[in-house]
Amino acid sequence: MPKRLMKGCEALAQAAILAGCRYYFGSPVAQQTELSAYLSKHLPLVGGTYVQAADEISAINMVYGAAAAGAKVMTSGSSTGMSLKQEGISGIAASELPCVIVNTMCGGSVAGASCPAQADYWQATRGGTHGDYRNIVFAPCSVQEMTDMTIAGFNYADRFRTPVLILADSIVSQMMEPVELPKLPLDYDIDSKKWALGLPGTNKHNKNVCASTFTVQDELEEHNWHLYQKYQVIAKHFTEEDKDLAIEEYMCDDAEIVLVGYGIIARLLKTVVEKCRKRGVKAGLARPKVLWPFPTQAFKKLAQNTEKFMVIEMSCGQLVEDVKMAVNGAKPVYFFGRTGGAVPSDFEIFNEVSKLVCLD
Amino acid sequence: MSSTVERVILAGFSGHGIFFMGNTLAEAGMRAGKNVSLVPSYSSKPKGGLINCALLISEKEIASPMITVPDTVIAMNRTSVNKFNQKIKGGGMLMYNSSLIDRQEFRDDIRLVEIPSTEIAAELGEPKTANMVMAGAYAKFSKLVTVEEIENSIRFLLKDENKDVIELNIESVKKGYDYVEEKKYMFGRYVHSVFRV
Repeated sequence: MPKRLMKGCEALAQAAILAGCRYYFGSPVAQQTELSAYLSKHLPLVGGTYVQAADEISAINMVYGAAAAGAKVMTSGSSTGMSLKQEGISGIAASELPCVIVNTMCGGSVAGASCPAQADYWQATRGGTHGDYRNIVFAPCSVQEMTDMTIAGFNYADRFRTPVLILADSIVSQMMEPVELPKLPLDYDIDSKKWALGLPGTNKHNKNVCASTFTVQDELEEHNWHLYQKYQVIAKHFTEEDKDLAIEEYMCDDAEIVLVGYGIIARLLKTVVEKCRKRGVKAGLARPKVLWPFPTQAFKKLAQNTEKFMVIEMSCGQLVEDVKMAVNGAKPVYFFGRTGGAVPSDFEIFNEVSKLVCLD
Repeated sequence: MSSTVERVILAGFSGHGIFFMGNTLAEAGMRAGKNVSLVPSYSSKPKGGLINCALLISEKEIASPMITVPDTVIAMNRTSVNKFNQKIKGGGMLMYNSSLIDRQEFRDDIRLVEIPSTEIAAELGEPKTANMVMAGAYAKFSKLVTVEEIENSIRFLLKDENKDVIELNIESVKKGYDYVEEKKYMFGRYVHSVFRV
């Protein structure tokens, strides 16, 4: 199939349509305006519905409703919008409903700034708000991955009945690259969702219950343990079955220092690794593609062969904590970050790596 | 082209068609079978703000799409020259719109190419196509994309526009290409600085 030159968020929108998504509720925000624009134009063409919600809270609750009815549904936001959506996401996760949520991260807190950052790692990987829940989190680093991970996201959401978060940043969202769109058979069948409230092709509904509120303590505890067991299954799946999907390792076999980063930073790190190798420094790159469940086993394995880790982020240090937990003190983990919308240059990162290597 | 990767920064005011120029060149690069990436950078000003695009055209797979040291800068206004002049790689190229930027003391270790693109575009009837004049001139210099590939890209990208608009853009590309050829820039006549590698 010929490649098409597409923006990251447009490719994501097209991938969602290919994956069977027919409902989008959200509003255009700086880093992903094109996503809303694309869907508002293309969803009606395939019989879908685009609703520009009055605000983020109503958007996420529309997603809640559509997901409960058994529809493939998506929403998107940029950091601030995501914070406003959190209560709804908590409800969707606790009600065990599938949906895909896109976050194109921007810098700073509250209103933020429309510049790239990775400050939402904790929010994304720790569930996001109150309640004992987790979301599967994908971190794409290229336009092609925006496509692939969105399709995978819809499949995993349906398979595990849980929200899937696409954690992109404004560079991946805005950049253009050639992308190969898969030809998917659109065999999406609502009948397979026996738990759903809606009946396909009719305005009738099943006598099911999708609820997140349990007023009796025993029931609530039982439900929470049930969710916990599901998260264990998901974690096991990404550790054993879909290992390749969870992490990308580049030149790690003989690496003395392993650079760790996700999203757009990982692309910079690839350049840095090449620079290091040219100068005789044995560097490698480990890029978690799935941020939750974190590829802990892969990092444990890496720690056996390498001497040190360096985590590079566009934040004050969030991913670094997960890496430290995974390595569990076996090897030192260093950190370098820029924040507030600043993107470190490959030279800057190379200098930091050089300093570390010279320490010995 | 110094290596297998060509790093180009296109810069100007919003309204100069910087992003469309980048989009056209990237599309043409992709049609030429190369790896491309294009990262736009906007200012928050709705009009008159600075906008630039980082365009990479590469034989190899592109690792980082960001550009710290560009091989080529295509500047449409004075502010862009000021912003990117010092960042250009030694031996690189600064191609600027001499209709809007006066000749001045630039660095002496880069190749300077002046294209009166706004004037050329105005002669064709629409000064707004100055960006396409630049794209044509760049195609002549870089040899990475051909005019035919740019032409096909424009026809694809502007497929919803009317025929006149498409033809005007294509005409501007050809004019830019011819301008460089006529002036024999390649032989250094208009390269008013030493070109060191």
